[in-house]
Amino acid sequence: MNFQSKTKADFKVVGTRVARPDGVDKVTGRALYGADFSVPGMQVGLILRSPHAHAIINSIDASEALALPGVKAVVTSADWGIPDDADLRDVQDNCLARGKVLYDGHAVAAVAAKDMATAKAALKLIKVDYTPLPHVTDVDVAMKPDAPVVQEARADESVPEGSGPNVTHYCEFGHGDLEAGFAKADKIIERSFTTAATHQGYIEPHACLASYNTDGKADLWCCTQGQFMVRDLCAGIMGMEGSQLRVTASEIGGGFGGKTTVFIEPVALALSRKSGRPVKIVMSRVDVFRATGPTVSSSMDVRIGMTRDGRITAGEAKLRYQGGAFPCGTVDMGAQAAFAAYNMEAVRTQGWNALTNRPKEAAYRAPGAPMAIYAVESVVDELCQQLDLDPLDVRIKNAADAGTKSSYGPTFDQIGLLATLEAAKAHDHYDAPLGENQGRGLSCGFWFNFGGNTSVSMIINSDGTVGVTEGNPDIGGSRASISMMAAEELGIPYDKVRTVITDTNSIGHNDVTDGSRVTFAVGLATIKAARDAIRVMCERVAKIWGIDADAVIWEDGAAKPSGPNAGNFEPMTLAEIAAISSETGGPIAGHHEVNAEGAGVSFGVHLADVEVDPETGATQVLRYTVFQDAGKAVHPDYVEGQMQGGAAQGIGWALNEEYIYGEDGLLQNAGFLDYRIPVASDLPNIDTVILEIPNPGHPYGVRGVGETPIVPPLAALSNAVSRAVGVRLTELPMSPPRILKAIMAEG
Amino acid sequence: MVTVKLWGSLRGHAGGSEVVEVEACNFKELLDALVAKYPGLKPQIDRGVSLAVDGLVYRNSWFTEVKPDSEVVLMPYMKGG
Repeated sequence: MNFQSKTKADFKVVGTRVARPDGVDKVTGRALYGADFSVPGMQVGLILRSPHAHAIINSIDASEALALPGVKAVVTSADWGIPDDADLRDVQDNCLARGKVLYDGHAVAAVAAKDMATAKAALKLIKVDYTPLPHVTDVDVAMKPDAPVVQEARADESVPEGSGPNVTHYCEFGHGDLEAGFAKADKIIERSFTTAATHQGYIEPHACLASYNTDGKADLWCCTQGQFMVRDLCAGIMGMEGSQLRVTASEIGGGFGGKTTVFIEPVALALSRKSGRPVKIVMSRVDVFRATGPTVSSSMDVRIGMTRDGRITAGEAKLRYQGGAFPCGTVDMGAQAAFAAYNMEAVRTQGWNALTNRPKEAAYRAPGAPMAIYAVESVVDELCQQLDLDPLDVRIKNAADAGTKSSYGPTFDQIGLLATLEAAKAHDHYDAPLGENQGRGLSCGFWFNFGGNTSVSMIINSDGTVGVTEGNPDIGGSRASISMMAAEELGIPYDKVRTVITDTNSIGHNDVTDGSRVTFAVGLATIKAARDAIRVMCERVAKIWGIDADAVIWEDGAAKPSGPNAGNFEPMTLAEIAAISSETGGPIAGHHEVNAEGAGVSFGVHLADVEVDPETGATQVLRYTVFQDAGKAVHPDYVEGQMQGGAAQGIGWALNEEYIYGEDGLLQNAGFLDYRIPVASDLPNIDTVILEIPNPGHPYGVRGVGETPIVPPLAALSNAVSRAVGVRLTELPMSPPRILKAIMAEG
Repeated sequence: MVTVKLWGSLRGHAGGSEVVEVEACNFKELLDALVAKYPGLKPQIDRGVSLAVDGLVYRNSWFTEVKPDSEVVLMPYMKGG
């Protein structure tokens, strides 16, 4: 039987809105998050953080802290070796500073004590002698030749000679003759933009419990987007073999990319090893803001040329990103994504990354793309305004499609951009009337998507139920979608399947839950694991019937003879086969391990209506609609949730969220009172339109959906506000003072 | 021979060429051939690259087949959130 040729034109489970498997646990408070794990003898771990933006650590004296009754251990970077691998060294140095503190909040030392009060008292007794250094937190300042040097000699080979000492990476993409393209334009607009660093804003702070045993084995329970990533990083830092460190992921209260690295986990392990006791660390919200990754902030220049009938003739973007005190390559993604929505003969993007005295950047949904696309989409919108063209028609006219040579190199195969644009044009939102001080904005969005390393194991229980074991924390409903795909493939009801997320010693490696990969890649592996189990079941039935295995097919949850020539046998259901598995050869299982490819790119289009109060500069979002090519939507509720959640986060990024640093280089707003994320009362109902253009790289046509929705809101909001107030806004967030300033500057 | 398109900031390590030709049947052979022919590309390839073959992007899949008539584009290693 050829499993690869199976097609799913008529889904029975996939595409329905079944009950979510984690719902009862979460609403009854039984779900175990990172801070919920406890073991006997557990100590409280706390971390001492830098009060300086940039300083040399001359000495750390923990003698008084260690003398305090109830204090079990103090650790510093001296408790670890120095890894050869630069990336691992950066992760380690971010967890505990070595030699210098590089930003306000940088971890310096940690203490394990019998309780919170003792741990707090001990932190105050640790004496750190600092020599403050000049600091820099602004990307444009950081790129200057005479800027304070955050770290010496961190530039890679891509950085052109003569660049400032903080520039660590340079990239360039594009094709065609740029100046010839601009020569064809009737109108050229060049603008500069800035975006602020924003935090992923997950509700659950980082938390972990480490137990390092005297035999060198350890267990770690933590809140993460990837337990295997945590295992690999922590084992590297602690000098352990991977098999001796078992990491179990808790339920996760949001991550959005911010939990794709480690901050406290190696520290807890070091404290546990030194104290001989289990140690739990739970970050405060203030520490989360000060010391875990926000996204990059940016400064960008964009120039685009357009004919008077709306054809884009050329475009270029210069992107300057800062990702904090350690090198990062996020600008690569922004520079590739900036013009991805357009079919262009001439395009060039250049990107620079610079070090600053800020926390180490961590990924945030579609890392690098939202800011670059914000700048490009803003200039496209302004060209439409000045040439009196419909902005949606212009996007349709210039949209990338199958056969388009993308701005980052490859030629697109089948993509859904035109379909989403046409859906937006046909929607009643686009033509709805607007009132005074109101504006409508739109933006395209794009993300690459990928698959990655994935392992899935499936057991057929003797009672006819099915267990799926996988290794990716469920951050967006994957347990439901994986169970649904298993049920679909096996031909059994959804409620007969339970999917669990297991630890690092119980299944093969799985990449982090990121990049919109899990429903695509784990789903693909689940379908293949189900086909593996079906193969076994068909072989068992073939033996019972005394016919060749090739003469048995699987349909509607049962093994059947493939045709009249195969014999006349009554179908055997999965439950019937499972019930006699002991007699037919033993337990039945399937598994699949793969580095999944073929994820397929994703496009979305957002429409936003706003009203701006000309007296206060405050913006109210009146109406918002998301259109996105999701491939086959396995569980539409979750797909809509991803689209709505991305839009909400993007609206916050556009209107209010920003890391604010003082002249002293210290973070001024490390808390949700002063760092304002949107709350429900700030938002209208976010309408969603799912377009299901099948991804040919997945058996059911599934495409990743989680990253793309955060990309368009920045420009959609900026274009709406700019049209509402009659002034082009070029800085994010568009907080009320910034909008007022822009209005007043225009007169 | 396979024709490989390099992104802009790599071209300086390949004599300024946007496209280069190497003898390769799969992703791994292609990377090895690129490093052998253009040693300046090694640091980036060691950091990680993706490969787009006829529009599909692959990460670290050594045995992904490339053919003489394939469109092959070298890209930075894809990362997500």
